[in-house]
Amino acid sequence: MRTTIILKTASNYLLPVLLVFSVFILLRGHYLPGGGFVGGLIASIAFILHSFANGLEKTKELLIVHPGFLLPVGLAISFMAGLAPVIFFDMPFMTGLWSHDTVAILGSVGSALFFDIGVYLVVNGVTLTIIFTISESA
Amino acid sequence: MRQTDLLSMLTAILTGFIFSILLVFVGRFFKGKLSILASIVPLGLFLYFFQFITPIANDEIITRSFEWIPSFGVDLGFKLDGLSLLFSLMITGIGFLVFAYTSSYLKGHEYLDRFYGYLSAFMGAMLGLVLSDNMITLFVFWELTSISSFFLIGFNNTNPASRKSAMTALGITGIGGLLLLASALLLNNITGTYSISEMLSMSEAIRGNEFYAVAVFLLFGAAFTKSAQFPFHFWLPGAMKAPTPVSTYLHSATMVKAGIYLLMRFTPVLGGENIWNYTLIIVGGITMLYSAIHTLFRTDLKGILAYSTISALGILVFLIGLGTEEAFLAAAVFIIVHALYKATLFLVTGIIDHQTHTRDITRLAGLNKIMLPVGIAGILAAISSAGIPPTIGFIGKELTYEATYHSDTIIIISMIAIVLTKILLLYAGFVAGIKPFTGKLPDEHQEVKAPDPIMWIPPVLLATLGLVFGIAPFLVEGALIKPVVTALGGNASEIHLALWHGFNTIFILSLITIGVGTALYFLLKPSEKLVAAAARYNAISPENILNLINKGFVQFSSFWTNFFQNGYLRNYISIIILFLVVIVGYIMIGNTRFVIDYNSLSKITVYEITTTLILIAGIFYTVFTESRLAAVAAMGVVGLSICLIFVFYSAPDLAMTQFSIDTLTVILFVLVLYKLPKYLKLSDYKTRVRDGVLSSIFGLIITVLALEVLSEPVSKQVGEFYAANSYVEAHGKNVVNVILVDFRGADTLIEISVLSIAAVGVFGLMKLRLKMRDRKRYADVSLDKENKEQ
Amino acid sequence: MEILLALMVGILYGTGIYMMLRRSMVKLIIGIILLGNGANLLIFLLGRITKGAPPIIPGDSKVFLEAFADPVPQALILTAIVISFGLQSFAIVLVKRAHTVVRTDDLDEMNATDEDS
Repeated sequence: MRTTIILKTASNYLLPVLLVFSVFILLRGHYLPGGGFVGGLIASIAFILHSFANGLEKTKELLIVHPGFLLPVGLAISFMAGLAPVIFFDMPFMTGLWSHDTVAILGSVGSALFFDIGVYLVVNGVTLTIIFTISESA
Repeated sequence: MRQTDLLSMLTAILTGFIFSILLVFVGRFFKGKLSILASIVPLGLFLYFFQFITPIANDEIITRSFEWIPSFGVDLGFKLDGLSLLFSLMITGIGFLVFAYTSSYLKGHEYLDRFYGYLSAFMGAMLGLVLSDNMITLFVFWELTSISSFFLIGFNNTNPASRKSAMTALGITGIGGLLLLASALLLNNITGTYSISEMLSMSEAIRGNEFYAVAVFLLFGAAFTKSAQFPFHFWLPGAMKAPTPVSTYLHSATMVKAGIYLLMRFTPVLGGENIWNYTLIIVGGITMLYSAIHTLFRTDLKGILAYSTISALGILVFLIGLGTEEAFLAAAVFIIVHALYKATLFLVTGIIDHQTHTRDITRLAGLNKIMLPVGIAGILAAISSAGIPPTIGFIGKELTYEATYHSDTIIIISMIAIVLTKILLLYAGFVAGIKPFTGKLPDEHQEVKAPDPIMWIPPVLLATLGLVFGIAPFLVEGALIKPVVTALGGNASEIHLALWHGFNTIFILSLITIGVGTALYFLLKPSEKLVAAAARYNAISPENILNLINKGFVQFSSFWTNFFQNGYLRNYISIIILFLVVIVGYIMIGNTRFVIDYNSLSKITVYEITTTLILIAGIFYTVFTESRLAAVAAMGVVGLSICLIFVFYSAPDLAMTQFSIDTLTVILFVLVLYKLPKYLKLSDYKTRVRDGVLSSIFGLIITVLALEVLSEPVSKQVGEFYAANSYVEAHGKNVVNVILVDFRGADTLIEISVLSIAAVGVFGLMKLRLKMRDRKRYADVSLDKENKEQ
Repeated sequence: MEILLALMVGILYGTGIYMMLRRSMVKLIIGIILLGNGANLLIFLLGRITKGAPPIIPGDSKVFLEAFADPVPQALILTAIVISFGLQSFAIVLVKRAHTVVRTDDLDEMNATDEDS
């Protein structure tokens, strides 16, 4: 794919910026607009932009593992977040657990945050898998 | 009750099935000379049930119950009373003889093991049927008998006629099974139980219920189809395509008696009302006379036996319908009589067929010179069937006449019908049992060999039993007959069976029957002419009418299927949309009010109008552009406009998501666009206009619908609940996000799983290679197409 | 504005169905996407639209003090948007695959139900 030098250079800087932004969106989701779904989508857009500028192979090298692996990892994190109250506190599935102290920026940290992280990973993995698979065989 | 008994009862019922399954593995063993060993199974079962005679005769009722599906009130409830015992003994006893007989009849047959498998499965199903005390269990076994008899009737599966009659039998009895299920559900609705014993105690309530008649007729539907009552009788003569042992077993003692059993079982529960009695009397009466007349017009031995069986079943239904104690007694005796002589005659017919290779009665005579024991059996059975003393048949006939004579309803018509039937049955019995063994042996049969003893012992045994029971009726009186009458709700203490009832009206009628019947036998010789005479009325026979209905049904369904399932996606969509438009539109026309409270609406601003216009332009550009790339770009515009609408109306989360997804969709399309097929103008102008009109109407309906809903007050209870608890309970302030990850987290968990599946599906579709087979096939297809195009 | 939005929902539904009725596979997918957008908008509209009051609890309060937009339809639509992306990509790939295998874009030529087409 032929790309301009400007895009290539810009994407190298954009990738980390966008990724940080996506994490930011993910973490603030509980208080302000954002969350795992949007965060995951933004992260995948960051990688896709990188792949347009530098080629798919480069992006894959950057990712180390195939994005498909994010699916089981994300699902497992979300599921464990739901399962934790069952295992540790003998409460029903998906009961929210909360730490008593608040953390700066995040506010209260709880099982819901981990659940959202799982969603983030799955959405990211799904999108990247689809786009990568299609662009590879297209 | 002892636990061991409980287990043994279940084992007894399941033995047939277990043996049947076992044959799949060790069938080879039973195929050859050792096939006779298979008959140990029914013999063992017979002995097992035999030991219950004493307790049952002492008015004991043995019930066993396993929980099966307790949540539905379905348990494996078994009940052994006089009625069940009589049937169980017939099923296993005659079963034993048929098993033994088969080993010789089908000696060396390629699929003998299979035959035994079907037969023992059938036996198991029959046993389960007569022992079940739970209507659902009863239904299950009822259907199992239908299915296993299907395999038995269609055993000669290379013969199309055989296959067809198996299908007919399955169809008719299968419909009956469904009716039985419906009846069970209805009775359960009335009584709250599936247990027949418990229904018995609620008999009064059932009779008083407004759905009593419905339940009764559903039950009748089941019994009449199974027991081949007019007009469902025709599957039975068709079932004569089966090997003779099957006919023997199914039609003398088991399958067709299942309907009789059902009626008897439910007599104490449902019987006694006019609707019950008169229906049974009328249907039974018509059946017995109609098919007795039919026997005159048959030359095939099995055909004669088939119709005389239907007639006998008619008599039984008729007797149950009479509903008096005498009638129950007569029915109980007649079941035994019929089982004994009909099984004998079928077995004899089988021997004749096996040795001479014909069943045409006009070509059979004088066979007693070759197979004397068989002849004796045949003649004894014929006498018993004719009701000539000193056989048990005589007692049965006397009791039948007495019951009819003493009934309080339409005595004269009933008497004429029953006497006529008996005369004709006597004729049929004589033709089947005596004619082949008297007169001069035709030349064509000079070389016929005598049958194997294994074949002729069973009929001789059964025929002798008929004679012995007649001379010494006390043998069956206490052991079998009285318990049956008790089970039917009668008082059995007064019963005393005897050959000699004194010289009275009944005796005179008996003499007339025997005299006229014998005269008929000597005067009327079965011939092809008579067969042809009857064939003229085939067009109006129930069988023919049903076949026509059947044909019409098949034609209609194939038309229906081809019309709707035509493989064109757009036709499916059109039909669904059209249906929706018609239904929703119809309701709307009457109910739409078009009342919109303009004050409640939000004000329109310039930027909203602009966005809306862009959106509409984008939509129409997407639809009407000729270029795929332009369409995709326009779709992106549509998505972004919607994103703006979300921004305007307080949905920042949605706006963000829509924006990202819109970007990704466009990327996706652009990636694959050049690999996707080009736009083609495939539809003509007319189609496009038609589709345009349909989709416009659909869009309009949605708009009107949306406006209608908007004019209704809205309930925000759910939203308010989430909002109120979002921070208090879930420590989050973005309510949308809190709903997603906390309140409805489980839904989200499933949603991300679905997403993952979609991703895996995409990956699989793109990465996995076509199988060689598919690739080759499609290569051929495309090659053909290219050739065509050139 | 509600009337205008209802009209747009109608247009999205109508055009979506119209595109789905075309014989071209790509148009089928575009139709599905339009229909999906229409459905999202319909849910959004029927949940009643509110201006300038996102369902986010203001900084220092624990509950809403003023009117707010109903969060339930928003949560529904959010998942629907993401799911529809999965559906679209799957449909696109399916079309592409079908195109490679049978070499036709005409849905009418794919009408054989049996294996041996």
